[in-house]
Amino acid sequence: MASLSACRKLLPALLASCRTGPFAATVRHSERSCADAVASTLTPPGSLALRPFSSSRPRCSDDKVSVTFADEKDGSEVTIQAPLGKSLMEIAHDNDVDLECACEGSLACSTCHVIVESQEQFDSLPEATDDENDMLDLAFGLTETSRLGCQIITTPELDGLRVRIPSSTRNFAVDGYVPKPH
Amino acid sequence: MLQCTLRQYNGASRLAARWFGTEACDIKRFCIVGAGPAGFYTADRLLKRFLEGSTVDLIDALPSPFGLVRSGVAPDHPDTKNVIHQFSHLAGASPHLRFFGNLRLGREVQLDELRRQYHAVVLAYGAESDRSLGIPGEAAPGVYSAREFVWWYNGHPSQAGLPIDLRSVQSVAVVGLGNVALDCARVLLQPPERLASTDIAEHALRTLRRSAVTDVHVIGRRGPVQASFTPKELRELLSMPGIGVQIHGGALDTLTPACRAEMEASRIKRRVMEVLTKAEAAQRKGPRTLHLHFLSSPASVETREEGGLAAGIKLEKQRLEASPSGAARSVPTGESVLLPANLVLKSIGYRSIPVPGLPFDAERGVVPNRMGQVLESVAADAPAVPGLFVVGWLSRGPSGIIGTNLADAEQTVEGMVRAQADWPTPERRAGLERALAPESIAVPWAGWARIDAAEVAAGEAVGKPREKMTSVERMLACAVAGAASAPGSP
Repeated sequence: MASLSACRKLLPALLASCRTGPFAATVRHSERSCADAVASTLTPPGSLALRPFSSSRPRCSDDKVSVTFADEKDGSEVTIQAPLGKSLMEIAHDNDVDLECACEGSLACSTCHVIVESQEQFDSLPEATDDENDMLDLAFGLTETSRLGCQIITTPELDGLRVRIPSSTRNFAVDGYVPKPH
Repeated sequence: MLQCTLRQYNGASRLAARWFGTEACDIKRFCIVGAGPAGFYTADRLLKRFLEGSTVDLIDALPSPFGLVRSGVAPDHPDTKNVIHQFSHLAGASPHLRFFGNLRLGREVQLDELRRQYHAVVLAYGAESDRSLGIPGEAAPGVYSAREFVWWYNGHPSQAGLPIDLRSVQSVAVVGLGNVALDCARVLLQPPERLASTDIAEHALRTLRRSAVTDVHVIGRRGPVQASFTPKELRELLSMPGIGVQIHGGALDTLTPACRAEMEASRIKRRVMEVLTKAEAAQRKGPRTLHLHFLSSPASVETREEGGLAAGIKLEKQRLEASPSGAARSVPTGESVLLPANLVLKSIGYRSIPVPGLPFDAERGVVPNRMGQVLESVAADAPAVPGLFVVGWLSRGPSGIIGTNLADAEQTVEGMVRAQADWPTPERRAGLERALAPESIAVPWAGWARIDAAEVAAGEAVGKPREKMTSVERMLACAVAGAASAPGSP
């Protein structure tokens, strides 16, 4: 666990990210209750709390992040309050979201391919390893903001993440499927 | 025998009530031929689409399901086979899905008979044959397709007797620049003890332990940029401990502008070149050596005077030029070289096998279709064959990975639903057993579960995830007996 002073340094950055950019829309609660909730969990026991812990759970709570899966197949969307340290593959599986995972997260397939909806959120993810890129390169409908769902692990910074599960059905009027190597 | 196995099937009585009741008319009956990834993903999507309103019969020529996941994926790539878990769960848990093994289209069941029993039939039986090189000496002993070799080391019953004896083989030629060629090379170059804890077939492990192979030559007629192997597999082979790597002919330095453009457009190809360039610079040496020969086209297999065994492969040197379509094409330079080789493996592509009554595109080696709907011929305006569909390699050719079948299955099911009005109506009292030849022995899922358990138990005894049964007779005996077979030789 980071030292209290380090956490206090992180707090403004966390607040700034909650205020602006892709995360702004997903922060429902006031900045203050959010900040206080975070601060109160960082405050060592016995020391003065800044404010009592708010009774309704703030969105950027310490232990859950909001992840939205949009399924291209039928346009449906589901937003999940996911625990930290879980992969999108696990979160989808735990919440009956239709994300395939043929190799069960061992980087031996590309069926958990997801598209990160915003460039900013995509850029904020830790870079993909060579191993992930090798499998991702074989995914159907690859885009510039594609990742493998089994490699995206939830952290507090990813609160409000929106990903799209690509549809495999092409427009029936289009021909000319390009085969992939095997 | 068949009636017996159908009665044994868990849930058969429930289904029988459904078939013969008034609800029978509303239930959509589907049959999928081929229980590999294409077949299983199609079954999954069909069941999801129709929920309570369908039954799917999934049949396979072998008593065991899973197609190339079981018989094609290399033994040292176990994670790639994890998809078997979800397929098994589907087959074991869904009351609407029935698996029957040991039923081959064209043998136990004919296509026209099958179609009479179902609203729609989906052919997902893949590609069980090979493209040929078309060169003299191709039929000589010691020349096999990579498919045969892979099936041999993966314990496919049809290749258990393949006469591979590596005690007298020092040099192997593998023709083709794809991942299957790399699998063959890796299995031949790998210290056999590293394969001893995998599900490799026992007869292959025994043969590899006595192998005299020191050099494996992977050969292709075009350049590194046109190769279809992918970075992960190439890196795995080129960085394998204990092997030397030689790249012949300076192919990495003679890229044409068209090659460079092809590389620019593809991250996969750029990464392949990175891996090759690093390997060339590293100049690794070892007791066994992998040789890569680009721009080399096999012209003939030379054989020994006595016995006619393969002794070498004549390679014609090539250079690249642009074809009218812009794709790189190889043309001979006039130079040739004879490469000694006692075993030649052709890894230039699989090919599907036609069955009587099924339209077939002999040139492309697939069934003519539009988005999975089978067409009467390859003609541009050919009409659809109602209620008949294809998916997987049989529909689009033998390329792609396991996951490629996911998109394919979704498209074919989408196409099936759109064509629903044209589905024929099955006969009254339709059933799979009405389409089967009298002596057929169908292996239901519970039968496969017995084979599976016996293989795992036998594997445990020798430190392997499973010891595959390599004969159909043994599998049938185990499936029907109701008790696990004792571990031992087939």
